[in-house]
Amino acid sequence: MGQRSKVFGNFTEAVADIPDGAAVAFGGFAGPGTPYNLTRALLAQGAKRLTCIANTTGGAHQPRMPDIGMLVENGQVAKVICAFTAATRPTDVLPFTPFYERGEVEAELVPQGTLAERLRAAGAGIPAFYTPTAVGTELAEGRETRVIHGREYLLEYALPCDVALIRAWRADAAGNLQFRLSQRNFCPLMAMAARTTIVEVEEPVLPAGAIDPDQVHLPGIFVHRLVPIPPAPEGLWTTRRQERAR
Amino acid sequence: MSGWDRQQMADRLAREFQDGWIVNLGVGIPTLCSNTDIGDRDILYHAENGVIGYGPVLPAGQEDLHLVNAGGQNVSLNPGAAIVHHADSFGIIRSGRIDVTVMGAYEVAASGDFANWKLAGQLGGGIGGAMDLAACAQRVFIILEHTTRKGEPRLLRQCSLPVTARGVVTLVATNLGLFAPAGEGFAVRELAPGVSFEAAQTATGAPLLPG
Repeated sequence: MGQRSKVFGNFTEAVADIPDGAAVAFGGFAGPGTPYNLTRALLAQGAKRLTCIANTTGGAHQPRMPDIGMLVENGQVAKVICAFTAATRPTDVLPFTPFYERGEVEAELVPQGTLAERLRAAGAGIPAFYTPTAVGTELAEGRETRVIHGREYLLEYALPCDVALIRAWRADAAGNLQFRLSQRNFCPLMAMAARTTIVEVEEPVLPAGAIDPDQVHLPGIFVHRLVPIPPAPEGLWTTRRQERAR
Repeated sequence: MSGWDRQQMADRLAREFQDGWIVNLGVGIPTLCSNTDIGDRDILYHAENGVIGYGPVLPAGQEDLHLVNAGGQNVSLNPGAAIVHHADSFGIIRSGRIDVTVMGAYEVAASGDFANWKLAGQLGGGIGGAMDLAACAQRVFIILEHTTRKGEPRLLRQCSLPVTARGVVTLVATNLGLFAPAGEGFAVRELAPGVSFEAAQTATGAPLLPG
């Protein structure tokens, strides 16, 4: 990166070069860490045939915020890789579901811990690993397993991404990040798994050195673009979520 | 037949928690376990999203929007709480440090198999952290209504739905009582008030074994 600033003035510029066919990871878990502003910019940018990697496809709560389900509705998604490809309550129908049922979008369902570890492995230079999770289930059918010290494990491959879109609390100009409370979730793992990490930041970007090196949650090595989130209503901020009415 | 309500089902399992346990509660009825008064036993609640040591859900206006548990509820933190990322959170799970996970389910089998991520004919599913927890926690407790809305049993010889993990469930609380998968059937550990052994057997799709 040299001396080039990591700070971008707006979300539109920050996502402008995401190409058709990119594998894009979206941080966040039940609100905190979700890159609502970058997702909204990607909806406007219009890249197609995306593979979207996240915990869920979104759309299960009100108020609805920009999510993968909206990218699906916008015709931008070829495949999702998620720990939920159906609502947790079977009577709910996710916005994503009709597109999946019509075969317009592919889905790969991955246990949440396996998803996290596949991202971690990609960011750590590990091509694959064995896990006890999902052994003996439909997900393991026809796949490679191995008995190690008397227990059966399932082979899982690393999950590298082209782009990670995440949200953080504080950043300095070197790209060092801090997350606040449960905002951290998948965000550092996705950043490490991605070639390009784009961050929407809640606090104004600090000068390099303003964050104590001992208190950095994700070093700037893994962070390429920072966009400060403007105040509402221009910027999107987390609100208290409510489950959709039954 | 009277039986237990949802909080009583949760209470019965929560009373099994031992001092010092690290506990992971699934969404729905299992979250009610944290309401149970279990005296001065010290329990550390772990959530999949890396929140270790969370406390009660906070009312609107008092919540911190940066903090949710695995069910997306705005919780508080107890003294001694810590935050980790998702890979470390599931490292805690896979390395066997969760003493018990309490989950909901559609079906439980006498073998200890259970199913809670996919309904018959459903495309896709909702696994979340259930498979990691089920495969790796020291104990798996299940809370579920004893029968479906149509009155069909959920405690079975074998699961009809795709399983979440095999042979892991050790204790099941339903509206009719407390049961332990025991291979060829379910051992009856306790019946809820007003529930007879015969009535429980009629509602169960596997043999019930006395005491």
